[in-house]
Amino acid sequence: MADPVISVENLGKKYLLSHRSEGGEGLRHVLERSLASPVRWLASKFRGTAPQAAKTEEDFWALRDVSFAVEPGEVVGIIGRNGAGKSTLLKILSRITEPTSGRVRIRGRVASLLEVGTGFHPELTGRENIFLNGAILGMTRAEIRAKFDEIVAFSEVERFLDTPVKRYSSGMYVRLAFSVAAHLEPEILIIDEVLAVGDAQFQKKCLGKMGEVSAKRGRTVLFVSHNMGAVAALCTKAVVLRGGEVVHPCGPTAAAVEAYLSDLGAATRISLRERKDREGAGHLRITGFSLHDAEGSPLQHFVSGQAMQFHIHYEALADRLPGRLTANFSIQTHAGFLVSNLSSEFTDAEFIDPPPQGTIRCRIQRLPLAQGNYLVNLLIRRNGEVEDMIRGAAEFQVENGDFFGNGRNGPPSHGSVLIAQNWELSSGK
Amino acid sequence: MSSSPGLILEAGRGERQYWRDLWKYRELFYFLAWRDVVIRYKQTVVGLLWALLRPLLTTVVLTVTFSKIARIAAPPGIPYAMIVLAGMLPWTLFSGAFSGGSSSLVGNANLISKVYFPRLILPASAVIVGFVEFLISLLMLALLMAYYGIAPSLRLLTLPLFTVVAVAAAAGPSIWIGALNVRYRDFTQIVPFLLLLGAYLSPVAYTTDHVFANDRLPSAWKFLYALNPMVGVIDGFRWAILGGDFPIRWPTFLLSLAVIAALLIGGIRYFRRTEKTFADVI
Repeated sequence: MADPVISVENLGKKYLLSHRSEGGEGLRHVLERSLASPVRWLASKFRGTAPQAAKTEEDFWALRDVSFAVEPGEVVGIIGRNGAGKSTLLKILSRITEPTSGRVRIRGRVASLLEVGTGFHPELTGRENIFLNGAILGMTRAEIRAKFDEIVAFSEVERFLDTPVKRYSSGMYVRLAFSVAAHLEPEILIIDEVLAVGDAQFQKKCLGKMGEVSAKRGRTVLFVSHNMGAVAALCTKAVVLRGGEVVHPCGPTAAAVEAYLSDLGAATRISLRERKDREGAGHLRITGFSLHDAEGSPLQHFVSGQAMQFHIHYEALADRLPGRLTANFSIQTHAGFLVSNLSSEFTDAEFIDPPPQGTIRCRIQRLPLAQGNYLVNLLIRRNGEVEDMIRGAAEFQVENGDFFGNGRNGPPSHGSVLIAQNWELSSGK
Repeated sequence: MSSSPGLILEAGRGERQYWRDLWKYRELFYFLAWRDVVIRYKQTVVGLLWALLRPLLTTVVLTVTFSKIARIAAPPGIPYAMIVLAGMLPWTLFSGAFSGGSSSLVGNANLISKVYFPRLILPASAVIVGFVEFLISLLMLALLMAYYGIAPSLRLLTLPLFTVVAVAAAAGPSIWIGALNVRYRDFTQIVPFLLLLGAYLSPVAYTTDHVFANDRLPSAWKFLYALNPMVGVIDGFRWAILGGDFPIRWPTFLLSLAVIAALLIGGIRYFRRTEKTFADVI
């Protein structure tokens, strides 16, 4: 079985940015263009080229020159930050969109799961949706019928089978959707982050079911996730994308995960303006988060025990920002473990009627974090109300350092938190 | 789902196996059509009966306005309601299929951006929904024929033929405008308007005779009128149901067929050309 089941060669996908930003090219634009310069418009129509496309629209390469191969039976993780091109890659592999350049060769029946419950219709009953969703995922009616009882038993919603799914709780809905997906038996399965929803116990059950089938039949799986734990547990190999390019070729999972994490750590000042995944009232926005040394110059590398500053930059929408501002940031590990929460409230610092634009600084004497990668969640409140919150706003990497002030770096692994300590021994009982 | 010998994805690859794929996905086609029919009548009291009631009520209103109020003349011995119903049946089929088909892609945007299947399935299954409702509304025809004591003639056997023409007439514009709608949402506004105009410009409440026997109408107008593909379809229906008083005018009918074929071929070609970018622009 030397032949790869999926081989991707120099794959590229280009989007025209203005198309997307205008949300579809209205008829008016075409009319305007044809009226503005009818001759050029007609000529371009005859030649079959998009009029002025190159001039007025910016090319954006979501994927560029991506190559890798997947052998039968492999479970390959595709990892990378948001916007790395993972979803575009999966869309091409699932034939939803066409590549602009390069080619993909696929051998085998493909099923892709880019979303749980695609095509579920709220008005239809659970029973009806099983058939509809199964057909959408590529099962034949006979296959669905054969597995129907199994799917129902797996989903644990027997009693509500003839109830429209719009009356389901969200948990039931997800369980039913998962159950249909878990009973797919293609030769190649493409999964996009879908395991991020649903309750943990049921997820485990699904992973188990999928793993069982894949072990038995040598099924090939492509798996996109931000959850490094899941990638490490499930995948035999992984490939890392950044900005549409492969930055770490398809190889052993551990090395790929490491490459991904160090890639995350590289950015100290991340543009938070564009982040859409924020919560809060939004009268002000967090525009940046940066890390600095004690003097305030930006840092690239952080070591345990050093004095440093965290800067949170914000901007108000209006030119006045009355009220009391409090800032908050929490540090967590990639596994989701909350290391600590830092807040201006703890020190009774209060920022009353702050300027519409500014930087909130938090100083710490000795960084008590051990070597590793950390994630930062940011939160700003005004008068106790959440104005802006960004989860996973930034990441940074901490290297081993002289925390204990004795010229020695600590051992490479001793938990996430370093605690200043004194030891002594006294005689007696 | 791809076949085992190996599938190659590449820019501009004309997917030679497109039509085979379409056949392979026939079950999805069936499920989507079934879904659309079922959903339409979920949580309604009379359910599919609506497919009967709508043409019935429209027929009553049109009969009263055109025959009783406007006093439009009709061949003696044939109830005006039958004339209207014979036009109403294909028109309802067309308008239902066309409005469903032209919005089928935009209405299923989530499917298009998350799953692969030959996209032609979407407008096709929407057109089939119109066809299913049409089949139900045929009951109306049987009832009304019985009520007026009109004996079915052998010509009625040609009705399936004209039905196929009507479905084709709806399919062409559905596919074309459905694809245009993905990029230019303007068509969401245009379609209901077109259908409203079409109901007046097609011989639903009047007959082609009323147009062609009218000496005051310039012949250029009559030609324009005949370009409407539904003219041939409705004439065909009247002939099949009511017979000799409503002859099929061959030039008009053939012109309708030509327009229908042109729309269908043009529609499919435009659809195939833009289909690959649907997921990117929808």
